[in-house]
Amino acid sequence: MYFHSVKLHEDRCKGCTNCIKRCPTEAIRVRQGKAIIDDARCVDCGECIRACPNRAKSVVTDSRAELARRKHNVCLVAPSFFGQFRSEVALGQVLASIKSLGFSHVLEVAQAADVVAEAIARYLQSGSVRFPALSTSCPAVVRLVQVRFPDLIDHFVPFDAPMEVAAYIARDQIRQETGCCDEDIGVFFTTPCPAKMTAVHQPVGQGFSQVTGALSMAEVYADVFKRLTTVTSEEPVYGSARGLTWAVSGGEGVAIAKDGYLAVDGLQHVTSILEQVELGRLRSVKYIEGQACVGGCVGGVLVVENPFIARVRVARLAQRLNRADSPLLSVPASALALRQTLTPRPFLQLDANIEAALKKLNDLEILVGQLPMLDCGACGAPHCRALAEDIVRGTASLSDCVFVLRQQVNSLAGELMDLAGKLPPAMGRS
Amino acid sequence: MTEQAVLDVAYQVAGGDFSQAGDGASRLKRVLQQIGLAPALARRIAVAAYEAELNIVIHAYSGVLRARVSPIQVEVWAEDEGPGIPDVDLAMQEGYSTAPDHVRALGFGAGMGLPNMRRNADTLEIKTVLGEGTVVYMVFANRAS
Repeated sequence: MYFHSVKLHEDRCKGCTNCIKRCPTEAIRVRQGKAIIDDARCVDCGECIRACPNRAKSVVTDSRAELARRKHNVCLVAPSFFGQFRSEVALGQVLASIKSLGFSHVLEVAQAADVVAEAIARYLQSGSVRFPALSTSCPAVVRLVQVRFPDLIDHFVPFDAPMEVAAYIARDQIRQETGCCDEDIGVFFTTPCPAKMTAVHQPVGQGFSQVTGALSMAEVYADVFKRLTTVTSEEPVYGSARGLTWAVSGGEGVAIAKDGYLAVDGLQHVTSILEQVELGRLRSVKYIEGQACVGGCVGGVLVVENPFIARVRVARLAQRLNRADSPLLSVPASALALRQTLTPRPFLQLDANIEAALKKLNDLEILVGQLPMLDCGACGAPHCRALAEDIVRGTASLSDCVFVLRQQVNSLAGELMDLAGKLPPAMGRS
Repeated sequence: MTEQAVLDVAYQVAGGDFSQAGDGASRLKRVLQQIGLAPALARRIAVAAYEAELNIVIHAYSGVLRARVSPIQVEVWAEDEGPGIPDVDLAMQEGYSTAPDHVRALGFGAGMGLPNMRRNADTLEIKTVLGEGTVVYMVFANRAS
């Protein structure tokens, strides 16, 4: 079983076809009028949340009530959070407002991004890289590779995402400052997306996260926005321009490799780039920064501001922060290393037995010939081919297709007419 | 003796159409994933099929990418109607290319096509007739089965 942060509100779901068509891993089927997500296929990208006109899908996040359970609580502020405010608002004031919500500490994830960027840049110079190296920062992309491109897993850089490294830094700082132990520290991340929420509660690999919980960025924003007028103090700002720009697509690449990087955003585009990598193209590319959301993290479903506006704001802030005096935090290599082993999670295989799978694939091709190929979605699968796959897997039947069903009814009606016309010999046959 | 389960697939390839170059190899790759071939083997086949498909796009007028998949091996044929290869030995050398400049400008035609196929396939055979066309035949053994 896999944990997922994307949840369905059954009462709001009308069983329409919007989400099944948009899901990049074809993980959704409509059954009994409700859009059911296949756990094994879902990568928590949040595309279905965007696609739903009835707001029947949402992200489960943690509650700030959790803060009461520990003595010290730190808020890890995502770079994308700063893009939510007009550029007149001081970053220090935003941090102070967040702190006033009940946190003992705040830490900018941008600081960790800076450290990670440095480590990846060094790694790319080493001799042991399988090019193109892939970024681990977007958990939806990592999961996409696990389910769709298992052979590319060893292209990932062996470093954790900045969120995890930020959690390490925060815990370390609080322990040193207060002398308390790890259990007394709560670490909360302002998440722009369901993928990060899932990464906190079920990390992409086998390990566990150092982050205690993920708070919806939209919810935190709403409260911070109200406080900006009353909180006049400012917290010191440590993050650099380089760390801040991880919020937008391309920022990470620029921070890591001056040339030879490729930034791709939007899961469909990420998929087509990964297909090219699989086919052996793009070997001359050093680093691929793939992000599930259009625009990068500022395009997450829990983000308030339009991603294109946020992008401009982040660029402006970065100019303001572009200073040489932000020293890099020193973080031990062990804290940067990817704590988890990434394992393949392939879902395409039709049968564990290769002979049986071949037979099913042959059946599938025959079925495809019988389906109208209109991809209407009325059967609950995203397109005709997906229905054919479901049929050979035994989870759907041919008469689920309204066109096939209509044909069947039609020929049945013809047979009935034939039978009705046949009189018994005693009544009329000569 | 029971009949071996096999699957035949064929994908049309249009010469000169770079916008669709790789579609056939991608679709073949999906089929190989669906039957559960080891990812590394599926990738080798996809890479070689892609190179073969690309050669049709670069050099030929039209062609077809065929594959026969069985539990013990995968056979791939890239058949085209095209100019043929004047010197196969030369074409097998890394970096040797007859691709025109406009093709190289697109980042294709680096002279790695046939060498890449040879590196990935267990068997590679080329039949070519000048002025008529070329058939590239590759076999990939499935050692896991």
